[in-house]
Amino acid sequence: MKLVDEFRDPDKAQALATHIREVLPKVMADRRRTLQIMEFCGGHTHTIFKFGLEELLPEGIELVHGPGCPVCVLPMGRIDDAIAIAHQPNVIFTTFGDAMRVPGSRQSLLQAKADGADIRMVYSPTDALALARQHPEKRVVFFALGFETTMPSTALTVLQAEKEGLGNFSLFCNHITTVPTIKAVLDSPAMQIDGFIAPGHVSMVVGEQPFQFVAGHYNKPIVIAGFEPLDILQALSMLIDQFAESRCEVANQYTRVAPPEGNPAGLAAIHKVFELREFFEWRGLGSIDHSGVKMRPAFAQFDAECIFDVPNVRIADPKSAQCGEVVKGVIKPWECKVFGKACTPQTPVGALMVSSEGACAAYYNYGKHIPRVDALRFDATE
Amino acid sequence: MAIRFNDPIITLAHGAGGKAMRDLVEGLILPYFDNELLAPLEDQARVPLGELTALGDRLAMTTDSFVVDPLEFPGGDIGTLAINGTVNDLAMSGAIPRYLTCGLIIEEGLEVGLLKRILGSMKQAAAKAGVAIVSGDTKVVQRGGADKLFINTAGIGVIPADADIRASRAQVGDVVIVNGVLGDHGAAVLNARGDLALDVELRSDCQPLNRQVQALRAACPDVHCLRDATRGGVATVLNEFAESAQVAIRLNERDIPVRDTVRGVCEILGLDALYLANEGRLVAILPAEYVQATLSALHACGDEAHVIGEVIPSPAGRVLMKTVFGSERIVDRLVGEQLPRIC
Repeated sequence: MKLVDEFRDPDKAQALATHIREVLPKVMADRRRTLQIMEFCGGHTHTIFKFGLEELLPEGIELVHGPGCPVCVLPMGRIDDAIAIAHQPNVIFTTFGDAMRVPGSRQSLLQAKADGADIRMVYSPTDALALARQHPEKRVVFFALGFETTMPSTALTVLQAEKEGLGNFSLFCNHITTVPTIKAVLDSPAMQIDGFIAPGHVSMVVGEQPFQFVAGHYNKPIVIAGFEPLDILQALSMLIDQFAESRCEVANQYTRVAPPEGNPAGLAAIHKVFELREFFEWRGLGSIDHSGVKMRPAFAQFDAECIFDVPNVRIADPKSAQCGEVVKGVIKPWECKVFGKACTPQTPVGALMVSSEGACAAYYNYGKHIPRVDALRFDATE
Repeated sequence: MAIRFNDPIITLAHGAGGKAMRDLVEGLILPYFDNELLAPLEDQARVPLGELTALGDRLAMTTDSFVVDPLEFPGGDIGTLAINGTVNDLAMSGAIPRYLTCGLIIEEGLEVGLLKRILGSMKQAAAKAGVAIVSGDTKVVQRGGADKLFINTAGIGVIPADADIRASRAQVGDVVIVNGVLGDHGAAVLNARGDLALDVELRSDCQPLNRQVQALRAACPDVHCLRDATRGGVATVLNEFAESAQVAIRLNERDIPVRDTVRGVCEILGLDALYLANEGRLVAILPAEYVQATLSALHACGDEAHVIGEVIPSPAGRVLMKTVFGSERIVDRLVGEQLPRIC
């Protein structure tokens, strides 16, 4: 655990927090409103809450918790499709654990499992492939989720299935892409974000270049960061330095893992297996152009959407939840109309309450410094 | 003539009430649990009241069912769990556990060798905890009707007159003590399922805690709250205490003892050791003045002992964590089971 502890050293954290406190006044001198910094990725959000990092930051900096939780943003229609596939005869439907509770329009996968569907939790797509080998009489479907981070492993799994001729393995592809989504946030009219913390594990695959447009075109500084508390504090400190020195660039805090050029072999596998979808539907954000990938026609025999008859019905998000405004930083989670009332981790209405990485779930679970949470939660039990 | 049981697997015949069942019960199970109260094989055990009333003024009574997968894991098996789980539930009232019952629900096809190992574990665990299994029941169900073997144990113990240990007694100023590293059992069972493919040494912490409870009570005459941190882990127990007593409990992250291998498993899977199950860990809340005495008492039992937090007035009903960075966050109850995160 030495590896992790190095990045959780309280003294170093205090030193970084002190640096931020010292430099911030320079940044704030000619500003009228707080500095809004979005951490795009749910992994970052989770660390920020688990380690209480917001409490270390001076007034004037506000963290906006972005839409980068691939489980949270899965639209209900896709969950319905997943359940429909799982209920087909002879299917073993495999999924990462945290997708189990995501609500569809009628059921979650957890409820569908209780209902008799053969749904199994796996830890990687290769586990699903192993099931396909063990059960040649069954059709094993893997619920592929995640940003570019998890795409190479699913792509390589498909290539392996092709190599072995495992005709009973397929992918229900719901991979999503980071860049178009950041662009959608930047293009939204109510947006007030000043700078970004970019997900280090996405950069590990795609490199630094895809984030250039944020600094270049939109004039917002962005720092690629790792997932330990010191990573995030250092990234914030690097961002504040950019503001103070009137720089605007893509910086990489996570060079120990994410090389500037990314992972060419991983990218090659992604491009071989996947192609961009014209658009993909996000829970809470609506449809975003080119924000998802699907399998190329050459891999149709491994594409669950081609093999199975999926309903593919678009289910509108509940109107009451204001997820879109929360992820753009327009309102705070607890300012949403249903936060802590109709929408709780037990009964999530909106995307951001679904997984522990969602901003609202994080506030609900960890957020002691929001006085209204307790009152709201009291309402929820009435 | 002694009945010998030589069948290699359990079949429906062994639950049908005939000779096969008698062979199973008398030829296989009884020898493991042999004791005076069980031996007459009446429909009920007949417990002399005199020796019970000499120990205290209230009877503690509890039941628990055990359905673990896999049945055997490093550090224990479903048999050790079934004895220790019920012993510990009794002990957390301050009671001296005395008698247990044992209900076996067996799926047809269970290997007799495996059943023998589990019964052997139960015998050993019962001896270690100083309890006797005095009554039992066996059912065999069709394949698919159960997952290999389920065990229910119920137990009684006697609560000494001077013990008043309740969740609602947590008081401001009290300290929170645990008797060892957290999460070993949960991590060991997860790893024993074999689908993590992690090459780490993890053992369940399964053990009876009645000796520790007696030692604690000898060191501190007024233990306020006690619970064994099984399903839901220490975080869940502390939430129960905080809600019941309408106080807040503040943990200190630096002081939470977790083994490096367990921390590693948690990091990889996105789990939190505070919510992992333990089977040999108690959480005690007691007045601060008894800290040294109770820590020494637990050490004398061969356990570690750690002060992990304190009871404070507010926010009432909540558990807080002071992080290594000095900030605070809420430690809430889990919604369902902990599910591994995707990335």
